[in-house]
Amino acid sequence: MFSRAVRLSRAALPIRVASQRVPIAARRSVTTNAAQAQVDKSTIPESEDEPFTIRLSDESFETYELDPPPYTLEVTKKQLKQMYYDMVVVRQMEMAADRLYKEKKIRGFCHLSVGQEAVAVGVEHAIEKTDDVITSYRCHGFAYMRGGTVRSIIGELLGRREGIAYGKGGSMHMFTKGFYGGNGIVGAQVPVGAGLAFAQKYTGGKKATVILYGDGASNQGQVFEAFNMAKLWNLPALFGCENNKYGMGTSAARSSALTDYYKRGQYIPGLKVNGMDVLAVKAAVQYGKQWTVEGNGPLVLEYVTYRYGGHSMSDPGTTYRTREEIQRMRSTNDPIAGLKQRIINWGVATEEEVKGIDKAARAHVNEEVAAAEAMAPPEPTAKILFEDIYVKGTEPRYIRGRTLDEVYYFN
Amino acid sequence: MKRSTVVIRPSARALSRQASSQSFLLARSSALTSRQRRLYSTHPPNARLNLPIDYATTPLLAHTSQAALSNPELPASVRNGTTKRMNLFQAINDALSTALAEDESVLIFGEDVAFGGVFRCTTKLAETYGGDRVFNTPLTEQGIMGFAIGAAAEGMRPVAEIQFADYVFPAFDQLVNEAAKFRYRDGAGGRSAGGLTVRMPCGGVGHGALYHSQSPEALFTHIPGLKVIIPRGPVQAKGLLLAAIRSNDPCVVMEPKILYRAAVEQVPTTAYELPLGKAEILKEGKDVTVVSYGQPLYKCMAALKAAEQDFGVSVELIDLRTIYPWDKETVFNSVRKTGRCVVVHEAMVNAGVGAEVAAAIQEDPETFVRLEAPVARIAGWSIPTPLVFEQFNLPDVTSKCYLTLGLADVYADGMPRDIRRHQKGDEFLRDLSMNSGILKQSMLHSSRRGVDWLMGIVLDDIILSVFLV
Repeated sequence: MFSRAVRLSRAALPIRVASQRVPIAARRSVTTNAAQAQVDKSTIPESEDEPFTIRLSDESFETYELDPPPYTLEVTKKQLKQMYYDMVVVRQMEMAADRLYKEKKIRGFCHLSVGQEAVAVGVEHAIEKTDDVITSYRCHGFAYMRGGTVRSIIGELLGRREGIAYGKGGSMHMFTKGFYGGNGIVGAQVPVGAGLAFAQKYTGGKKATVILYGDGASNQGQVFEAFNMAKLWNLPALFGCENNKYGMGTSAARSSALTDYYKRGQYIPGLKVNGMDVLAVKAAVQYGKQWTVEGNGPLVLEYVTYRYGGHSMSDPGTTYRTREEIQRMRSTNDPIAGLKQRIINWGVATEEEVKGIDKAARAHVNEEVAAAEAMAPPEPTAKILFEDIYVKGTEPRYIRGRTLDEVYYFN
Repeated sequence: MKRSTVVIRPSARALSRQASSQSFLLARSSALTSRQRRLYSTHPPNARLNLPIDYATTPLLAHTSQAALSNPELPASVRNGTTKRMNLFQAINDALSTALAEDESVLIFGEDVAFGGVFRCTTKLAETYGGDRVFNTPLTEQGIMGFAIGAAAEGMRPVAEIQFADYVFPAFDQLVNEAAKFRYRDGAGGRSAGGLTVRMPCGGVGHGALYHSQSPEALFTHIPGLKVIIPRGPVQAKGLLLAAIRSNDPCVVMEPKILYRAAVEQVPTTAYELPLGKAEILKEGKDVTVVSYGQPLYKCMAALKAAEQDFGVSVELIDLRTIYPWDKETVFNSVRKTGRCVVVHEAMVNAGVGAEVAAAIQEDPETFVRLEAPVARIAGWSIPTPLVFEQFNLPDVTSKCYLTLGLADVYADGMPRDIRRHQKGDEFLRDLSMNSGILKQSMLHSSRRGVDWLMGIVLDDIILSVFLV
């Protein structure tokens, strides 16, 4: 089976652009360099909205029983700037969450996606609002990209009523239109995603579901159960393993017999993507969506990415990997720095303009975070505690943990 | 949402009454400040009863070596030995280390256990006993459990860790259909998964929300073939865990995660077992029996102290320790003596351990005829664990319960203590109609006392002991 995969991926090679840097015989792997895409500068139009073609690195993808996506991508200046803006906002938002957590304003479990921004942003720029996304607990970036506001996400982390899930879910459980969470149980979202895809197919329309899970979750039995159903019923499901190399503190090689997660679908074609390059992610998901809505069934993607921080706020993230490794990824493979470099090199925007985008994103996040912090804490009422669970009128008539001096009383 | 405080809104009528009293308003304003700070459901400010548990002084933990070694359940050799100060995770680590050292067939595995585990229970075990006996698994709960059952069936003694009890559900099938039924279905073949021990942290932690604060113990008590054990502190954890590992039945050991660091006591250094399926009477009393297990025991202790002081009642406190199969004899004997029983647990009230204990008590003719009040349950509401409102769900010191027929009363934190059992009990019983609805009665009564009920909020300032009329 695997030899066949290797053969196929070699057979696909001629499709790629001419400049092969790696000998065909050598085992190739996807790069995590975020700044390898190229463009013929003379083709870049003046207009913000006129598309032009960029050429992705030939190390952007690896495939399994699948012809690789085109190594070219049509973008506009405006789109590039928007992607850059979105990634900066997501990172700033995560940094704000980090700060608020350290100030003890956010409590509980909190998982940040600093370093992985290109996946959330690239996916959203490749799909429509009518498509669905479901992901794991590292979900802030996706919630934002799906249409959640920064204030509603930070508000949620702070447990406020105006939070995106009414302050009831916190970090791991965020939902918005077209976004089904945020799930605290490792792998549980994957079969749910298959169900979403089934409903999309059933109701018609060219819609797909993007289902994300981590390299740790990929060993959960229900992931494979979902694969089988999706292939059996030819569902428009884009399974996607966000491989950030570590499931909590266990590296992929220590937890997985086969670390080529894009081959994990066995009977489902796979596509491994440079998850540090937002353009490669966009190209891959765009291609995957087209492929699946044309009735070709599901696809298993693997986004090769990296989280700079620990697994959660209680994990410094340095006990199971070296500081050098983190530093190297940060300094050479950063998705935001990579896109920034290309935007400037290609003349899509001047350094000043990019700085302006940075500033605008930061100002936006600061403003939104301030608004979230200013939200009133939830009223400790029985209504909030019991809503959406008990039939009206059957709720317990009191809540616990209160003392008499916390109410007004007369007499 | 312009309102800047978290107060429960007074009615217009109440407000106008307040406005008429300037001094009253002034008095409230200082309380408002403390309210504003209470963004999370932390301990109430100015509380007299719902104070943080002081683990350093609670009589439920052995603070001295002497106290630890005087435990009559320990064999003489242990009682003549020494003790060491440990918290719950260190005691568990000690038990696991002992088991690994004494029996080659003991294995420990689970998510991140080789690094010491997220709660540090397996610290240094991999270094000491080698990576082939203590190892990490992929994130695959169903796989972990099935793997453990297979190993146990071959005679190993696997100790599988599920990182949080909330994650156990994918493994539920393996526990219910494989582990619990193995011996039964193999019959004369004689094979079983008896060497299996499953450990998992459970219970509230302050902010665990949907998937990190649940207490699913009752689900396992529904399965014949499993033993379900919940220790309340380090001494117990060591003895019960060792007993579970050595036991020839599959055991589920649920560790209240909030106690991992909080509960510290002197633990005997040598290996010892505490009996499975045996409850422990923590305090003797004659008026009411309180049955609980795990972390709520500490709250029960605080509540019964307050009750004894305020109402002059005498409360017996029983720690079930093993919640399935549980020690009916000890509980029945106690209830036959006191005539009243309250079961307290964090897990939601419906179909919980409380239901089972209450049903068993009323089924037992000898105990039933001694009952002077319905068996009461104080447990979590039937809701998913809230994120910021966790404390509003968990039983607290002043949780309401109705122990006597039709009697509900209100005892408010900070209110004058005039409803003393010996003064008013009989009167109240006569006053309150049996079928008029407990709540309504309590509301009427509270209104008289000036509590604002108009928002439908009834404060939980109701101490269980009031009902021991």
